[in-house]
Amino acid sequence: MKQLLKQKNVLFKLGLIICGLWILIAIFSPVITPQDPLAQNVANRFQAPSVANWFGTDELGRDVFSRVLLGSRVSITAGLVTVCITIFLGIIYGGIAGYVGGVIDDIMMRLSELVSSFPPLILAMVIAAALGPSIFNSVFAMTIIWWPNYARLMRSMVITLKENEYIVASRTLGASHLRILIREILPNSIGPLFVMATLDIGNAILTFAGLSFLGLGTQPPTPEWGSMVADGVNNMNYWWISTFPGISIFLMSIGANFIGDGLRDYLDPKLLKE
Amino acid sequence: MGNMVKYLMRRLLLVLFLLIGVSLLVFLISHLVPSDPVAANMSTQAMSDPEAVEVYKAKWGLDKPLYQQYGIYLKNLLQGDLGTSIRTGNPVIEDLKQFFPATLELSVFAMIIAIVFGILFGVISAVHRDKPLDYIFRTVSIAGVSVPNFWFALLMLFLFYAQWGIFPGGGRVGSRTATPSGGTGLYILDGITSGNWSLVGEAFFHLLLPALVLGFFTMGLIARQTRSNLLEVTSMDYIRTAKAKGLPAGKVISRHALGNALIPVITVMGMGFCNLLGGMVFVEKIFSWPGIGQYAYLSATTLDFPAICGVSLLIAVIYVVINLIIDILYGVIDPRVRYN
Repeated sequence: MKQLLKQKNVLFKLGLIICGLWILIAIFSPVITPQDPLAQNVANRFQAPSVANWFGTDELGRDVFSRVLLGSRVSITAGLVTVCITIFLGIIYGGIAGYVGGVIDDIMMRLSELVSSFPPLILAMVIAAALGPSIFNSVFAMTIIWWPNYARLMRSMVITLKENEYIVASRTLGASHLRILIREILPNSIGPLFVMATLDIGNAILTFAGLSFLGLGTQPPTPEWGSMVADGVNNMNYWWISTFPGISIFLMSIGANFIGDGLRDYLDPKLLKE
Repeated sequence: MGNMVKYLMRRLLLVLFLLIGVSLLVFLISHLVPSDPVAANMSTQAMSDPEAVEVYKAKWGLDKPLYQQYGIYLKNLLQGDLGTSIRTGNPVIEDLKQFFPATLELSVFAMIIAIVFGILFGVISAVHRDKPLDYIFRTVSIAGVSVPNFWFALLMLFLFYAQWGIFPGGGRVGSRTATPSGGTGLYILDGITSGNWSLVGEAFFHLLLPALVLGFFTMGLIARQTRSNLLEVTSMDYIRTAKAKGLPAGKVISRHALGNALIPVITVMGMGFCNLLGGMVFVEKIFSWPGIGQYAYLSATTLDFPAICGVSLLIAVIYVVINLIIDILYGVIDPRVRYN
């Protein structure tokens, strides 16, 4: 980590700062919001950004700035949780498939291909619509469409790693399969999985916001960035309603991508010639 | 050549598996959702007629066990019968035929924008590695893959339509223009073939903004891939040789490095095109573009399973076709590639 920070990668550090700030905001948002994010004040609706309402007010007169701050909680958590669950599922599924091999591997991989042959966004929309729109269901839908990527990566790592001599040695010493998977194979495959996950966080936040934008994620009155952008669709002349939550999604996602890029360049020996 | 034919045959087999897989998944989901398949697949009007209900039940084998139902479903599917959409009441295949040209036109334009600017930005970035110009274009391309396109679409519409009135506000042609009927449904192509140049101009004008928004993500993907490949290639010995014999830097890049660097970019183009189809849902919704993306969204949210299946199959097949084209392109561009 220290080595990573010593590198002359401005964008990577910028990404760390952006994401760090957003996570701090998400943690402390109930304390730092200047106004009640849920308090409606119809007399004060559609106010342009001012000293009283930094980001203006929406069609119900709620303070957009406070809602953007509190909205970070749902958006960031949903993105992180999705990636964590998918990486966990992928490690288990791909680990078993790659380690056991043979017919089981074949069946398991065909099953994962079945899921990934389906257009992801449509599948997510169908699942979220079938189960009823909610935060939980859209995270579930995203997990369903994403795990095959991690399963495939994990499987290919396991297949190359398990032929290594130190694994064979460990096996001869009497280590159980579970122990080999957890103590020998997992630590050696976590790097690429981690890079993939960091690059995916931005994507997960975008997708969740997208589902919410379509009305399939967060339900009102919970503030969430995607649904806040949707609030502005019918009130296009009041640009601030959707602009600020949109910028927030963008910043969080670009921050995560900066970090992912930095990690990948660092771990990819081909680009490290200088 | 024999290898090539074998390869194509295997790919066709894959399409068959894909059709089975996608339809099976839709079939399973539609049965996992607790609902009456008759009520879920027929309009209320059609359901009031008991005879129609019987015909429907017999056609889809609803009185038979589940695996037989799927068999019947698959048989109808292979005969080109995708069922009838509950929402629109039309045969799904007709709906797809109606909405697909709009999506095709939009995605092709978005792809052209993405490829041209993606490669341009990627090359500029790589040539000026770690200089300010590199940081600017890298930020632009990372922004491409980070920007929520539904918000970007709104922003563009707000600025270029509501504020400045430079571009039209949505749709494929203006509201006063009669929608052209017949032809391919690709308005620009139809306009050119029939010599209707005002239609070409208008359709193009309406296309530009949504295509730009839609292509932005793929542009980012392509630019990033171009940059990293070009950097990798330029560190190779044959490039050093080219430099050593005194070739100007521009020529080294354009004649020697770029060709090889672009080979992997083709794969990303395929990925980008498929990504485009996902982004289509948002862009079409915001720009009121009457295409497959809107159709998919409306079908999914109303749980219109015949339509969902049809649209998913269409996209899955496009996906396979694109990947096939890319694999063939690989062979054409890079003689080292062999199909086996």
